[in-house]
Amino acid sequence: MRNLLIFLWKRNLFFLFLLLEVISFTLFIENSYYQKAAFINSSSSISGSIYQIQNNIAEYFSLKVVNTTLANENAHLRSLSTDNYLKINNTVFTKNDTTYKLQYQYVSAKVINNSTNKRNNYLTLNIGKNQGITKDMGVISSRGIVGIVKDVSDNFSSVISVLHKDSKISAKIKKYGDVGSVLWNGYNYRRASLIDIPTHVPITRGDTIITSGFSSVFPEGIVIGKIIDHRIESGNTFYTITIEFSEDFNKLSYVYIIKNFFKNEQNDLEKKTQNE
Amino acid sequence: MNNNLIIINVLRFFALILLQVLVLNNIQFSGYINPYVYVLFILMLPVQTPGWIVLISSFLLGISIDMFSDSLGLHATASVLIAFIRPNIINILSAKEAFVAGAYPVIKYYSLKWFLTYALILVLIHHSILFYLEIFAFREFFHTFLQVIASSTATLILIIIGQYMFYKPIK
Repeated sequence: MRNLLIFLWKRNLFFLFLLLEVISFTLFIENSYYQKAAFINSSSSISGSIYQIQNNIAEYFSLKVVNTTLANENAHLRSLSTDNYLKINNTVFTKNDTTYKLQYQYVSAKVINNSTNKRNNYLTLNIGKNQGITKDMGVISSRGIVGIVKDVSDNFSSVISVLHKDSKISAKIKKYGDVGSVLWNGYNYRRASLIDIPTHVPITRGDTIITSGFSSVFPEGIVIGKIIDHRIESGNTFYTITIEFSEDFNKLSYVYIIKNFFKNEQNDLEKKTQNE
Repeated sequence: MNNNLIIINVLRFFALILLQVLVLNNIQFSGYINPYVYVLFILMLPVQTPGWIVLISSFLLGISIDMFSDSLGLHATASVLIAFIRPNIINILSAKEAFVAGAYPVIKYYSLKWFLTYALILVLIHHSILFYLEIFAFREFFHTFLQVIASSTATLILIIIGQYMFYKPIK
């Protein structure tokens, strides 16, 4: 026993090193796979408030672009039938789709931190639990999809961007309705690949890709991007398609978080069916 | 370590975290180059610093960067590893040169060549761990390798510029 203690003491630095590495690595694995450690990421209040201060300063530099985007979006919304949009207060809009009895609510939020240059990118938004945001809600902008809420604190939420190695979005080609998945392979933040589209579909360059509405996160028909390149590799029954995102993720400033009131019902039913 | 050195190092700790998360994490030089200059804190701790202080402070540094980048544990793993091997690298590299007790491992006390080799080894190890762990697979091996090389070069250039800005080398 005494020898063991002496051995441990002599090697104390090595054991401290091991201990710290095990802590770090465990945190990393837990956080990437189960996203448990919600209290200590960018939605936590210390880093959230620092990002808020930075954003308050930096937003002045992008006011012009933001104004143009908002003006364009206003024009677009004005051209749509106002019956579909019930205004509840300044920031919350409700869309009632009477045919399918589905109800989505959009809450506007400001992006206070964003990255596009890593393999796994995240965003931080300035609203959280107090504004009714919960985990797994979809996030879109006026130009296309953005990501999925990963964690929420009282006043901030942290979002997994579409630009992430684990992101897989159920998508379809608007013109033909064939369903595939959009994956980001990490080379360029403007481009992604679309897989699982069979070769008999007569796709062309410029076809629009929209969300399929199969997942409970995004409603159907939100623009993802358009096809810029497609080819068939020999012996393959699926296309290799490159798409360009409609959203320039580097310029994000205002986004909408989607609340789906029927999400639990859909998820529970799907889970029940799969278990049988 | 006297009080002055402690204060300087604590200030450097916070200054480098803010520089990293507020400035460098937002800079876009294509998708390949993400400089992580905060490792300069670990590189510049005085040679005589007790090992456990180096390890614990590197862990805190990594965890702080992680908190801001939503990558909990990633930067901490890489930082603790280079903090652990740092004394060995200093010993191997200093075998030929006269050892200056209590000095910082900076260009001022050693030569530019010594500092470049020292920083290159640690930065390369740190960035390799970081980028490969972030992907957690070897399927994009070559792309990640390019990322490691490009980012390490950018980090080194920024570190050397910083050294000449704050410490005039003795001629």
